[in-house]
Amino acid sequence: MLIDFEAFTPMASTFGGAMIGLAALLLLVGSGRIMGASGILTSLVLEQSLWRIVFVFSLVVTPWILMQSGMVDISLTFVADDWRLWLGAFLVGVGSQLGSGCTSGHGICGLARFSKRSVVAVLTFMATAMITVFLLGRGV
Amino acid sequence: MGLVIAALSGCLFGAGLLISGMLNPGKVIGFLDVTGSWDPSLAFVMGGGLIMSFVGVLMARNRSAAMDGQKINVPDGQQIDGKLILGAAIFGVGWGLAGICPGPAMAGLGSLALEFFIFMPVLIIGLLAGRFLRGAL
Repeated sequence: MLIDFEAFTPMASTFGGAMIGLAALLLLVGSGRIMGASGILTSLVLEQSLWRIVFVFSLVVTPWILMQSGMVDISLTFVADDWRLWLGAFLVGVGSQLGSGCTSGHGICGLARFSKRSVVAVLTFMATAMITVFLLGRGV
Repeated sequence: MGLVIAALSGCLFGAGLLISGMLNPGKVIGFLDVTGSWDPSLAFVMGGGLIMSFVGVLMARNRSAAMDGQKINVPDGQQIDGKLILGAAIFGVGWGLAGICPGPAMAGLGSLALEFFIFMPVLIIGLLAGRFLRGAL
C-alpha cells in the first residue's frame, strides 16, 4: 500500500464529511427522516412530495453556486470509458434499491445507529467496489 | 418548518459532498484503489460524517417527536437477508466502475459536467429496475 500524499485532503474531507453528517442530523432531529440519497431520489421519481423537491433542489443548487462563484475550485475527473459510466449508473441504481440503501443511508446514517444491516451492507459494497477497481484499474 | 429543514439539510449535504471530494469520481476511485497509489481522504469524510450523524442519533433518542412535530422514522429491521447482501454487492461494483453514488449523482448536476447528466437517467432506470426486483425476489 502506497499513500498518494498529493491527492490526500484530510482537512477538506473531514470538514466536508462533518457537513454531510450535520445534514443527516438536521433531517433526523428536525423532520424525523433518514437522509438516504437513493431512497429520496426513488421516492421523488414516483411521488413528488414537496419536501423532497426542496431537498433535492438545494442539494443541486448549492454546488452550482459554490462552483460558479469560484468559492470552491475543484476540477472533476471521470472514468474515460463510457461503458463504465453507463453500467456503473445502472448497477448503482439496482443495487441501492435491492440493498435498501447507499453510501449515505447505510454509510452515514445506518452506521451511526449501529444498525447490523448497515454494517453488513457497508462492508459488502466497500469490498466489491475495491475489488472492481483492483480488477479493472482506475479507468480515469 | 419541515421545508426549511429540508432546504438547509440539502444545502449542507450538497456543500459537504463538493468540499469533501465526494463529487469528484476520480477521487472516489482513488480511495477505492487500495492496492495502488491510495488516497485515504474518503475515510476522513466517513469519520467526520459519522461523528455528526451519531450526535444526531443521540439527540433523536431524547426526543418524543422531531422538531417539526413529525414522528421520528428510523428503520428497525435487523434481518440480514440475501437481498441486502446481493444489493450491496451490486451497488459496490457499480460504484467502483463509475466512482459515483446517488448523493453525488444528484449534487453533481450542479457542476454542469456532462457525465452527471448521462449518469442520472440511467441511475433512475436502475433504481426502478431494482425496486421491481426487490418486490419480485
